[in-house]
Amino acid sequence: MTQRDRALLFARRGTLVTAVMLVALAGVYVRALLFTPIERFQGPAQKIFYVHAPAAWSALLAFAVTGVLSILYLWLRDRRLDLAGAASAEVGVAFSVIMLTTGPIWGKPIWGTWWTWDARLTSTLFIFLLFVGYIVLRGALVDPEMRARYSAVIGIMGLVLVPFIHFTVFLFRTLHPDPILMKPDKPSLPGDMLLTLLMSFGVFTVLYVGFLAQRYALGLLEDLRDEEAAGHAVS
Amino acid sequence: MGEMLRAAMAIAVKDLAVEWRTKTALVSSLAFAVLVLAVLFFARDPTAVSAVDVAPGALWVTFTFAAMIGLNRAFLMERENRALDGILLAPVPRTALFLGKVAANLAFVAAVEVVSVPLFVLFYDVPLWDRLPALALVIGTATFAFVVVGTLLSSMVVRTRFSEIMLPLLLLPFLVPPVVGAVQVTARILAGRPLSEAAGWLRLLLAFDIVFFAISTLLFTATLDE
Repeated sequence: MTQRDRALLFARRGTLVTAVMLVALAGVYVRALLFTPIERFQGPAQKIFYVHAPAAWSALLAFAVTGVLSILYLWLRDRRLDLAGAASAEVGVAFSVIMLTTGPIWGKPIWGTWWTWDARLTSTLFIFLLFVGYIVLRGALVDPEMRARYSAVIGIMGLVLVPFIHFTVFLFRTLHPDPILMKPDKPSLPGDMLLTLLMSFGVFTVLYVGFLAQRYALGLLEDLRDEEAAGHAVS
Repeated sequence: MGEMLRAAMAIAVKDLAVEWRTKTALVSSLAFAVLVLAVLFFARDPTAVSAVDVAPGALWVTFTFAAMIGLNRAFLMERENRALDGILLAPVPRTALFLGKVAANLAFVAAVEVVSVPLFVLFYDVPLWDRLPALALVIGTATFAFVVVGTLLSSMVVRTRFSEIMLPLLLLPFLVPPVVGAVQVTARILAGRPLSEAAGWLRLLLAFDIVFFAISTLLFTATLDE
């Protein structure tokens, strides 16, 4: 299978997955708005939770995948690992924008403030900015091999930086709610809400995969185009 | 190991000698540091906020900004005439190149800091002289942190277009832990609190130093091979 065929296959499958998941997302929202009980203290504002938390999850998953692919790239030096890592970083930035816009919209009515410098807000903001830098850096490098190595270095550094930023802001104190899902005893969310949330998590995760596949396909095609252009220039 | 350190030292001495002959980067970083210190003094409402309250922040903004405009210099001068290829041809480990650049950058930033601190005391009228050892400790650990990361990043960005804007963009996220920590510790020191009160921050700074020194040294070779 040529690189073009593989790219087109990824593009087709990615588009299909994305389309199905966007329909599923609409379904999740119908469920969240109509069939999930309204939260007692926060009222309807809490509904944004079902987008905000899963988007944050997908963003951090995407950045973690970029970090892991960066390590693998420096080890195996396979160009596809670099392209996939870059694709994941871009998708992560997109999900971060969702997280960073829905967060303040939710925060204003509930906390009384758009923004607070708590541990999770701050670390996600800076990791978002770091990956914006990652994408800008890629744009400023012409040689694909050099671009791959440099991006991998930033990807790995980012992976190491997150816990440090988190701990830094943790030494300040925090408004953000404590984890309600991943904690030692059972989740402190009523069954209906929990189910909606988990469905949304599932949809967002597969949506990430769909976006990733499409962006990766695009990366493969760009790579091919650059190679052909370079070939023409030589001959 | 001894050979590596000797090679690193040779590179550092070479860098500093080149810098000493022109002094362009040193003088501009120094003048820049003085400017930032002076400008930040006015970045407050004097009837509501006393100079001492903004002093720790002003000091660290000055240090990081002044360092940032100096950090690119180490690898920029190797770009001219492809001087870096010459160094890479020399039979020394590549890690030595990184260590040498870090050492030269540390000396460079330290020079800027040694001049800035007395001016800082002067401008902001902070009682400091008896607390100098504690301040030197925090300046040392935090400076090491951002020089190590900055040297690694500058080795990459000098080979991009727009390297002047690229370094701050990539470096600033990495400065959050060391600079926030340093400001917190400095504030405690200036307030005359015992250093033990900032033990958590000092541990954070130290951990950052160790982890990022290790990972930057490891990753540096990946920025070179062609």
